[in-house]
Amino acid sequence: MGIFQTLSFAAPELVLVLGAMALLITGVFAGDKSAKKIGYGCVALLLVAVLLVLFSPTAPTASLFNGAFRIDAFSSFAKVIIYLAAALAILMSDQYFANEKLRRFEYPVLIVLAAFGMSLMVSATDLISLYMGIETQSLALYILAAFKRDSRRSTEAGLKYFVLGALSTCLLLYGASLIYGFTGSTSFEEISRIASLEGANVGLIIGLVFLISGLAFKVSAAPFHMWTPDVYEGAPTPVTAFFAAAPKLAGMALFARVLVSSFPGALDDWQPVIAMIAVASMAVGAFSAIPQTNIKRLMAYSSIGHMGYALIGLSAGTAQGVKSVLVYMAIYVAMTIGAFACILMMRRRGGMTENISDLSGLTKTNMPLALILTVLLFSLAGVPPAAGFFGKWLVFFAAVDAGLVWLAIVGVFASAVSAYYYLRIVWFMWFDEPAEPFERGAAPVLQFAAWGSALLMLPVLPVFMGRLIEFADRAASALF
Amino acid sequence: MVDFEVGLGAYLSVAAILFAIGMAGIFLNRKNVIVILMSIELMLLAVNINLVAFSQFLGDLTGQIFAFMVLTVAAAEAAIGLAILVAFFRNRGDIAVDDASLMKN
Repeated sequence: MGIFQTLSFAAPELVLVLGAMALLITGVFAGDKSAKKIGYGCVALLLVAVLLVLFSPTAPTASLFNGAFRIDAFSSFAKVIIYLAAALAILMSDQYFANEKLRRFEYPVLIVLAAFGMSLMVSATDLISLYMGIETQSLALYILAAFKRDSRRSTEAGLKYFVLGALSTCLLLYGASLIYGFTGSTSFEEISRIASLEGANVGLIIGLVFLISGLAFKVSAAPFHMWTPDVYEGAPTPVTAFFAAAPKLAGMALFARVLVSSFPGALDDWQPVIAMIAVASMAVGAFSAIPQTNIKRLMAYSSIGHMGYALIGLSAGTAQGVKSVLVYMAIYVAMTIGAFACILMMRRRGGMTENISDLSGLTKTNMPLALILTVLLFSLAGVPPAAGFFGKWLVFFAAVDAGLVWLAIVGVFASAVSAYYYLRIVWFMWFDEPAEPFERGAAPVLQFAAWGSALLMLPVLPVFMGRLIEFADRAASALF
Repeated sequence: MVDFEVGLGAYLSVAAILFAIGMAGIFLNRKNVIVILMSIELMLLAVNINLVAFSQFLGDLTGQIFAFMVLTVAAAEAAIGLAILVAFFRNRGDIAVDDASLMKN
């Protein structure tokens, strides 16, 4: 394959990275007053990248750069969602940053660079490109967490995220070095061939366990979740919205690709590990969220729990399991963005409020917001008519089909417990004495994101669910 | 002169020990965030020893390329870590690990 053809296959990534650099230079010369325009420029880059992924003239699968980077239905599925989530994260931030007098041109550029890192992650088919993708994403995210640099909370969040993120990268790299040493190759395909030829030996298993720990850190699965609540609480809210959505999907997609395409032969070795991580995450997500009073912290525990459910699907290790993970993550990203759009609308006297008690009696002061939040919370809890229920149902079904009945039962119990704290908020909103009303006049994009995500969660859109499952099916079969 | 060869096992042991020291440095250190940054570097270098030793043992260059990638990214990572640390210090006038506890359950 010639260099130009190779580069044309990687067009979405090139658009993002070259565009981000151009906008960065523009921003340096034009200063912070250009922040809004640069934000729109970044959104345009992301939308162009989405179109390039959707309408790529190339064959559905291609392996580039000596097998380090692969384009297939799986990577395209993940990339479209990642780019859209990143574009929304930029648009949703505008009002917040304007109020906080924090509008800086670096924010959208960093989001685009993080999205570029994530698209490397979902396309990586080699340990080196996997590492480069994760680092490109993480380095941008560390800065974003500490973006409000005059705030003690934000810098503390950045520091904690940096230290624990770097630690997880070290674990992942140590695992990668052992896998390389015991198979003699960094390519997933070669690793899978050699592992199935010689059987998994002890060195390879230790390497795999280190690699899984590193990846579990990145998707904030228990017992590697300690950073999540602090970072979610401390980071500026639009940044938290971004953290909760796109990187989780990218991490989970990478997780699926690594396990399924490079260690299919070692299923018996990694299945119990993933199942235990899933159980621990669901337990942490269900029980630790109950005493929380800060809604961002509650969303952090909620995301830990959701990673647990997604990992149930992954532990099945089948095409059906991967499909359920993709559907689950797509629904999760949509409802998280909606929930954070609502949190961004919780403003009072020009400042943000983050307490759950501020939501009490919301139906009497702000009915539309209360309705949206009710739908989203029902969906997050997995109550039947909402889309969140379908995600959970697919995941549990995949686990049962793979003979992991006990895991599905644990999952059902955990979602019953976690329903308590979601529905408790619904109770506050509908039946408590009203608190002081929120400020009116939320940005149209926040309204759009909240309404859009709430509508997607309703079962009135079976067409949408059908299409989503169809795409996820095609994406999952690309790995097998 | 005694002909004497250092085997792969020795390199892997050194790397494992360095990695463990780095890990202990992160979790046992209660005083200074700079020490944590140093521990992270130590762990990354342990990984590099692993990669180069495997590369030499296997007669395959990929491991050394990987090690260069790790070195390059580690430099970027250290720059970002120090930048965040400077922002943290400006807000607090202190970089003790115990101070980073504004948010607790």
